[in-house]
Amino acid sequence: MKIKLLAAALLVFSVSAQGADKVKVGFISTLSGPSAAIGVDIRDAFLLAVKMNGGKLGGLPAEVLVGDDQFKPDVGRQIAEKNIRQDKVHFLTGIVFSNIMLASVPIAFENKIIYVSPNAAPSPMAGKDCSPYLFVASWPNDAYHEAAGQHATNRGYKNAYLIAPNYQAGKDSLTGFKRYYKGNVVAEVYTQLGQLDYAAELAQVRAAKPDALYIFLPGGMGINFIKQFVASGLSKDVPLIVPGFGDDQDIIRPVGEATLGLFDTAHWAIDFDNAANKKFVAAFEKEYKRLPTVFAAQGWDTALLIDAAVRDTKGKIEDVEAVRKAMKAARFESVRGPFKFNRNQMPIQNYYLRVVAKDAQGRLVNKTIGTVFKDHGDAYVQDCKMK
Amino acid sequence: MSWILIAEQSLNGLQFGLMLFLLAAGLTLVFGIMDMINLAHGSLYMLGAFLASTFVQLTGSFTAGVLLAVPATAVLGMILEIFLLRNLYQRDHMAQVLATFALILIINELTRIVWGSDAALPMPGALSGPVELLPGLPYPAYRLVIIVVGLAVALLLYFLVTKTKVGMLVRAGASNREMALAMGVNIRLLFTLVFGAGAALCAVAGALLAPLLAVQVGMGENILILAFVVIVIGGIGSIRGALVGALLVGVVDTIGRAFLPIVFGAFFQPRVASAAGPAIASVTIYLLMAVVLYFKPQGLFPARG
Repeated sequence: MKIKLLAAALLVFSVSAQGADKVKVGFISTLSGPSAAIGVDIRDAFLLAVKMNGGKLGGLPAEVLVGDDQFKPDVGRQIAEKNIRQDKVHFLTGIVFSNIMLASVPIAFENKIIYVSPNAAPSPMAGKDCSPYLFVASWPNDAYHEAAGQHATNRGYKNAYLIAPNYQAGKDSLTGFKRYYKGNVVAEVYTQLGQLDYAAELAQVRAAKPDALYIFLPGGMGINFIKQFVASGLSKDVPLIVPGFGDDQDIIRPVGEATLGLFDTAHWAIDFDNAANKKFVAAFEKEYKRLPTVFAAQGWDTALLIDAAVRDTKGKIEDVEAVRKAMKAARFESVRGPFKFNRNQMPIQNYYLRVVAKDAQGRLVNKTIGTVFKDHGDAYVQDCKMK
Repeated sequence: MSWILIAEQSLNGLQFGLMLFLLAAGLTLVFGIMDMINLAHGSLYMLGAFLASTFVQLTGSFTAGVLLAVPATAVLGMILEIFLLRNLYQRDHMAQVLATFALILIINELTRIVWGSDAALPMPGALSGPVELLPGLPYPAYRLVIIVVGLAVALLLYFLVTKTKVGMLVRAGASNREMALAMGVNIRLLFTLVFGAGAALCAVAGALLAPLLAVQVGMGENILILAFVVIVIGGIGSIRGALVGALLVGVVDTIGRAFLPIVFGAFFQPRVASAAGPAIASVTIYLLMAVVLYFKPQGLFPARG
């Protein structure tokens, strides 16, 4: 797979070397360390979209400069500076984590370089720190958690037990959940970031006997929690709800059957019945021999969004205002179905309820079973001064 | 707060403590007998888990995989000792820390090259559910197995160290290395054997914990810090100290995480409690260490008289 990827990257580079006029994209992401799976999925989907476009974005040869931020905000910022000053990129994209994004992208905004987010959309950047040069192709940070809270309300769960890591995004996620959850919060437990053994927390959950349990535990933390949750026998008594990325393919692969029947909320699912999505899922599986996650879907959409903007400006990508206008129109077939940009350039879109089930071939996948929010924006847009 | 909850949390603390003991036992002997700070001890724990994952896949049996991984890790440990670490015994602690830290980085990268950044080691199917210990107290079967194996290994080790000739040599080496050397003990061989035994214990812990946690590069670093806390509390070089220290740390950490937020909730406003509870809970074991060291600067059971 790595060799293929290299070949894809080489293809991108070799094609771009010939044209004088080209689109340069700086792609900064977390590609090493325990949290690398997310960045790898986004990158793979992004490069695949460019490759299937004949190595072009909007008709111009594309050059994608891939950089690894190593999960460190300072490294991310260094790469962004290099991409902007030395490589003179037209677009920046790729960052997975909010803390790295908050450190790395302001320098792009100062230089009037558009940053297209394939994942993180921290609440300050939706509200008071919104920028004309930021476009979010994924979803606002709180959205999945708000949808999960709404789902818990819809189900009529009277008592909910909440667990998240003890850091800013953990607190934001539970705030989002509580914004739409009308029942009683039994306990709000904050665990150490990176904790892997949840025996003590699970015993407390058993004693509290809640009607539902909501966890925001990204990456390896979630993998462990779900495995231990099932092993403790709690899964028979307490329904577990997770955000969409909490039981996607990157979690299903290591956890296995234990994810069967888990509910989550997301803006995309692998079974969406639209032409763009079918093409994406088939192409991704063929290229990488694995099923795509929401992160991959976001990476793909990010590439298509840039593609559409470059195409609609007829290649005049030096004119940032024209590119912005084309970006806002977002004339492309998104794998999530239709969406539009809010005033703060974050998406207004639907959020769906999904459940992990077996597909026709017996593989564990997320199936869409309902719509939680229609045309949902975010709670911070009124603080955004941008017109 | 019910008795059931307290019983369950005690079992959790016991399970965590026993696993810490397996790591700390090797570390405390190496530190105590060879006066060597081996930061790469956690890397052996990681290698044990990765090897177990490979062997389980090859043999198709969890037990066989773990049983193969333990001697394999021991051999790796002894190779490391003979070709590399042996040269560090005469150096000062700073040189040892630097060299073994470099070793962590090298082993991490080598593991990444051989296995990738993570590997799968699924829980054996028969043990993946809960068992009803008492009416109203289901407990994960796999954690019970860990407790039983941990207790068995601890007893075996205790027997080896206190009742056998090799154990006597080990104790002699820990309490006074020069004297043991003067009495004609083959210290070189003893060191290699102790190192191999420590590596084997690491592999037991790594392989047993892997299905609960995750087999990934870097898994050894976090737990290594706890193992150091254990041996400092227990007294460097003492197996008994390692056992008592490990159980103390396991129970205190579990109780802190489980009950401190509740205690804080009873005394403070919810906003303060939800911020302070987890913060204090994450440092309880370090508070424990500070208290122990205040009253017993050599640890609970100092090996050197």
